[in-house]
Amino acid sequence: MSRFKKKKAGGNPGISTASLPDIIFMLLFFFMVTTVMRETTLLVKIKAPEATEVQKLEKKSLVSFIYIGPPMKSELYGTESRIQLNDSYHTVGDIQEFIATEREARDEVDRKFLTTSMKVHGETKMGIVTDVKQELRQAGAFKINYSTRKKLHKEGL
Amino acid sequence: MRRPVGEINAGSMADIAFLLLIFFLVTTTMDVDTGIARILPPPPDPNQPIPDVKERNIFKVLVNRNDQLLVRDKPGDIRYLKDEAKEFLSIHIDDERFPEVKEETIPLLGTVFVSKGIISLKNDRGTSYDMYIQVQNELAAAVNELRNELSRKYFGMDFEKLINEDQKKAVQQAVPISISEAEPENVGDN
Repeated sequence: MSRFKKKKAGGNPGISTASLPDIIFMLLFFFMVTTVMRETTLLVKIKAPEATEVQKLEKKSLVSFIYIGPPMKSELYGTESRIQLNDSYHTVGDIQEFIATEREARDEVDRKFLTTSMKVHGETKMGIVTDVKQELRQAGAFKINYSTRKKLHKEGL
Repeated sequence: MRRPVGEINAGSMADIAFLLLIFFLVTTTMDVDTGIARILPPPPDPNQPIPDVKERNIFKVLVNRNDQLLVRDKPGDIRYLKDEAKEFLSIHIDDERFPEVKEETIPLLGTVFVSKGIISLKNDRGTSYDMYIQVQNELAAAVNELRNELSRKYFGMDFEKLINEDQKKAVQQAVPISISEAEPENVGDN
């Protein structure tokens, strides 16, 4: 009997996993290339307002960020909106120095393309934002970007 | 005599790659930063006199601390702001109710009429940032629509779809973003 059972009935050959590492490597490289490491930890809450007329912020390396919003630890720092530059809270007076250091860190050719992106919480009062803008004007950082999220659809008018 | 080198087992390569993959999956942030770009004016020069602008060339928008709008001295609504601004900035030749126009020769477009209208935006220190962005957004929308119309007329496609830098520049010159922000002050009682 057994000599007629040379072929297994209906048995599929196993799928070769030899190319699995290659596939995984491909995915890995994709994520390695697209990834942007988060540089700063947010100390303020940012819920950016929505807008329809938004543009993409290009050349991430030429953007310096200013975060304004109510502090994360409200029991410690209160609920009044604060300014965060790099990794700590700052006051309006520190903006000019911050811009100067940001400028120093870039190549001389790129300096005039430096954009300041303001990430501001929607419920922040304009007072503090206006103060920051005045400081930016004094510092000569004229290119700014109000960070907003793209509104997907406009509600019926 | 040379010893034969044993083959390295590559079976765990997939696991190592998986580990790295998961690390990058977790740390990656795919969000693209978007926003409304603006150019701030240089600080005012005390020696320079304040330019005289005719009343009919100014479209005044005021936002108070309760996020209410005053558009051209009348209470306004954010829903109609875009259309009002667009109408104001479109070209009306020899019409007293609308801003003056000037003829300008722009490469690629030839001689076109450019509106002299300026949108003056003033907000209170107590205005919410959300409202401010909404107003900026509506005004930007008005300008963008006008640019699209002009761009379609001359180049047959929307302004955003233009690839040629010269064409972009021409349209930008014909429809400038003329939004002037007043020096901050407190509007109304605080």
